[in-house]
Amino acid sequence: MNGFVMALRRDMVLALRHKSEWLTALFFFVIVTNLLPLGVGPEASLLRKIAPGVLWIGALLSTLLGLPRLFAPDHADGTLEQMALSPIPLPWLVAGKIVAHWLVCGLPVVLMAPLLGLQFDLPVRSLGLLVVSLMLGTPLLSAIGALGAALTLGLRGGGALLSLLILPLYIPALIFGAGAVEADLAGISAQGHLSLLGAILVVSVFFSPWVTSMALRIALE
Amino acid sequence: MSNSIINWFKYASPASFYPLAGRMIPWFSWLAVVLIASGVWLGLFVAPTDAQQSEGYRIIFVHVPASWMSMFIYCVMAFWSALGLAFNTRLSGMMTAALAPTGAMFAFLSLWTGALWGKPMWGTWWVWDARLTSQLILFFLYLGFIALQSAIDDPRRADRAGALLALVGVVNIPVIYFSVQWWNTLHQGASVSLTKAPSMAHVMLEGMLVMALGFWSYAIAVALTRVRCIILEREITSEWIKRNAVE
Amino acid sequence: MLAVNQLTCLRGERRLFQQLTFELPEGQWLQVQGANGAGKTTLLRVVAGLVAPQEGEVTWRSQPIRENRDQWNRDLLYLGHHAALKEELTAVENLSYGLGLEGFSSSPEQLNAALHQFGLKDREYLPVRYLSAGQRRRVLLTRLLVRPASVWVLDEPYTALDVQATAFLSTVIETHLERGGCAILTSHQTLGLHPGRTVSLG
Repeated sequence: MNGFVMALRRDMVLALRHKSEWLTALFFFVIVTNLLPLGVGPEASLLRKIAPGVLWIGALLSTLLGLPRLFAPDHADGTLEQMALSPIPLPWLVAGKIVAHWLVCGLPVVLMAPLLGLQFDLPVRSLGLLVVSLMLGTPLLSAIGALGAALTLGLRGGGALLSLLILPLYIPALIFGAGAVEADLAGISAQGHLSLLGAILVVSVFFSPWVTSMALRIALE
Repeated sequence: MSNSIINWFKYASPASFYPLAGRMIPWFSWLAVVLIASGVWLGLFVAPTDAQQSEGYRIIFVHVPASWMSMFIYCVMAFWSALGLAFNTRLSGMMTAALAPTGAMFAFLSLWTGALWGKPMWGTWWVWDARLTSQLILFFLYLGFIALQSAIDDPRRADRAGALLALVGVVNIPVIYFSVQWWNTLHQGASVSLTKAPSMAHVMLEGMLVMALGFWSYAIAVALTRVRCIILEREITSEWIKRNAVE
Repeated sequence: MLAVNQLTCLRGERRLFQQLTFELPEGQWLQVQGANGAGKTTLLRVVAGLVAPQEGEVTWRSQPIRENRDQWNRDLLYLGHHAALKEELTAVENLSYGLGLEGFSSSPEQLNAALHQFGLKDREYLPVRYLSAGQRRRVLLTRLLVRPASVWVLDEPYTALDVQATAFLSTVIETHLERGGCAILTSHQTLGLHPGRTVSLG
């Protein structure tokens, strides 16, 4: 537990001294979602219809943006070796880093989403649901993404490869997350979507640090 | 009993598996030729013309077995991966790597024949049907696996990282299928069900089974050939290759 | 006692070393010799437990390290040839986070004192970015003073150090050995340590 807090604190301190990093992810989210109306036209009913999917895909891509840097700097300077040899079990340290990644890349997106939702003419009630679904979904994206980051550590074309590995695994999160908001827009209860999203979140947050640690040990050999 | 276990581990070493695979390849190749030929014959000439779909439906004799194989091969890869991670056997990694291109090929074949079927049946090449979409995602998973393996230079890391990815993939497949199914039922509009082949004639089922067995033999023959290549590549410096494989 | 039994290691298709066996009792040190690319670093990584050997095993107090990772990691201090320092953090922060990630803690005063011993007075609160290569190396080596461990595995510890720091490092290692610790190091230089065991690779 101590190790978890330590890893989390360390990564947060580093992120705060590198503001450009998480601000980039956030602005990427804003710009990508704002490009869409320019591409499909400003018709309010169409925008409202595609808003959940667009915002979710925007969130998904901007979390992806920060993933290559989750382990790469620690790998390059040897800190990762020290973590692998630490008496504290590696999954705890990895869990701390995953949470830090979410706080840096996921949470700002969640907080920014309602504002963008307004641009897409989403009703206020659905905005709340959008935030809830992203709140459940973005930690999931960080947890699954960590595995991809560990598998592609130090490889040629790591970033593109990472997307190829991880995006298919993001599909359930996208379907249930965007589906929740769509259901709410259509006046149906979003309960089912959110419960499933929550269930996947619990399972992946539980297993991800463990599997990611295995992948890191493989990458270090 | 103990005897058979020892035998198994004997064949888990590349040096003894290499000649064994060499002996098995011709058998499976011939079996594949015979089975696929009879499958084609059953499908094209014996099976009756379908009342609703006329002759176009005959592509399912390729489409359905290909879909089965693509899913099955991924499971086999996951099986070898689990074995490889648990017992640290080198051969398992090679098997997984050898199976992946064949699996991807079947997934692609299934998508392509699906599109060819869809055009005359539904008037469109692509339908966001739950099965087609899941098949597409499976194809992506294969591509991810192959891309990861080919990006890693060190064979040991490639095997182990690939194994981990295959296992995570196989755990995720049911979740992905379920979510796509769920998504599909909520967006009924575009969906056309592939499942209802009304009262499928016996001979049609037989044709598909024969074809599936043929694909099986083909997959085994090709995978074994590929494994032999991988073994040669990786063990090029070892003594037994210099002694035996050059013959 | 640290024991290495029948160790064989491959890199790619090339055999780095095979059937390597040695023992290292407490209070002794071992120098790994060999040309560039002979596998010195790989041997240290295998001993540390980062890399699984092709064959053979490493045991610590007659327990295989891979089966008893927790105890081994507590007793081991490994310094690779990467700095393991973050440029954005100060020397003190680097040390205290490094210790924290390993489940140890140390007060800032202790860390300062240790840094002073390694000749880093007035550099404690500078971001590591502003330190020279030799100074960074000293920050890293300060870990030897603040992180308790009985086995030191040091990859080229003398790199980039000046005469003074080299001498100080040697006394630090000698003190460690006198207290019953043991150490494995790779180095091309002559060290000013009492003669230890050697293993030659390649």
